[in-house]
Amino acid sequence: MSSRAPVADWASDFDHRDSDWVEDPFPIWDELRLKCPIAHTDRFSGVYFPLRYDDIRAIAYDPEHFSSRRLFVREGRPPLPKAPPITSDPPAHRDERKMLLPPFTPAAVQKLEPRARDICRELLECLANRSECDGAIDYAQEIPARLTAHMLGVSEDSGDQFRKWIHEFFELSIADPVIAVRVVAEITDFFKREIAKRRTAPGDDLVSYLINARIGERAVEENEMTGILRLLLFAGIDTTWSAIGAALWHLANHADDRRWLAAEPQLIPTAVEEFLRAYAPVTMGREIVKETDINGCHFKEGEMVMLAFGAANRDPAAFPDADRVTIDRAENRHAAFGLGIHRCIGSTLARMEMRVALEEWLGKFPDFTLTPGAVVKWSMGTVRGPRQLPITFPK
Amino acid sequence: MNARQHKSATTVSLRVRVDRVLCQGHARCVVLAPELFEADEFGGGREIGDGGVPSDLENKAWLAKANCPEFAIDVERLGETA
Repeated sequence: MSSRAPVADWASDFDHRDSDWVEDPFPIWDELRLKCPIAHTDRFSGVYFPLRYDDIRAIAYDPEHFSSRRLFVREGRPPLPKAPPITSDPPAHRDERKMLLPPFTPAAVQKLEPRARDICRELLECLANRSECDGAIDYAQEIPARLTAHMLGVSEDSGDQFRKWIHEFFELSIADPVIAVRVVAEITDFFKREIAKRRTAPGDDLVSYLINARIGERAVEENEMTGILRLLLFAGIDTTWSAIGAALWHLANHADDRRWLAAEPQLIPTAVEEFLRAYAPVTMGREIVKETDINGCHFKEGEMVMLAFGAANRDPAAFPDADRVTIDRAENRHAAFGLGIHRCIGSTLARMEMRVALEEWLGKFPDFTLTPGAVVKWSMGTVRGPRQLPITFPK
Repeated sequence: MNARQHKSATTVSLRVRVDRVLCQGHARCVVLAPELFEADEFGGGREIGDGGVPSDLENKAWLAKANCPEFAIDVERLGETA
């Protein structure tokens, strides 16, 4: 870790790497929402941090001023190749996104559910007869890693390599942008080899899909393919891993909710939405490409904005009892998957993985708690979720 | 009058409609009210048929509207002035 000055004031000097922020950002965010409600820091060459649902929504809907060409807040701004459609703005974004939508429709995701369920069962089988485990490492992280590998048509044992890249790109590169450049180069090489293999031996997988797909009238270029595949790797794994982990963390901490869900598994889809609202893992950046004003705040060209969808989801102006996790909350138009044209393309997939992961876990282990005295560790940066989650099963 | 009473058991008094410009394909409506909404080949939501809501599905129509993150669903009351 680089040495850096401690945070003097959250409203004017925030740092999302601060240990208080990483461990439990919600009290900080609630305070800022009342006080600011758009925080700013001079760190990272200038970053704005809106906290109200309406402001986050307005920015997500405004690609003219807030570009997606830079999505991550880091020390330094390394040049990185594009990863369409997430790094694209209108008008190019539209056809790129349309090309990628068909493999992620509800009908397409339904076909993946049996594999997702088998993965969960295989993992839980390994935990049978154990008195404790790590819910993040032994379960949550493996589900999206293996399912993503399955969808890409690569070995499901690639998970360790994927997670190393993800950790380096999302967490370590905040302080050292050179790491981001190196990781992207490694992933590009990895996918170039996979693309070459699929050109001679196509399969029923996303690499083969891209080889045959068209953006508007034209084929997808190889550098676009490697960018898209990198996006699928990054966006599909530690997001869902974080969401499953946060749900397990909540249930390990709340015996009443745990017993309720175990007794009434038909409530799991509703509970999944509430976990997504309350513990929304993703914070996405935007680069201000044209100065503008929102809610009385001036946004300077060239600086960044961090859109913490979890902050929008905890805004009491948008959600009654916003700070209370209510697993049977029926009306829940949360923004965990973003809003507007960059809505997470894998949202239906992530929801399926979360639901299946909880159904299978609670079916096998209806009773579990955090291991007394053990430490839960949360990730920092773009994706927030437990990376260490010690769980005990009572005898 | 008589014809109207005769039909009342199956009277449709609500109609749902998805604004296809606002819809971003979150698919909440498709999951919460599959009798009323379906996904197209790109995962975008659309109402089934003319969007008419059988009386026993009215709650689902309101639930879909209340859960749409893009505020893309309109629920219209029909026939109140007829």
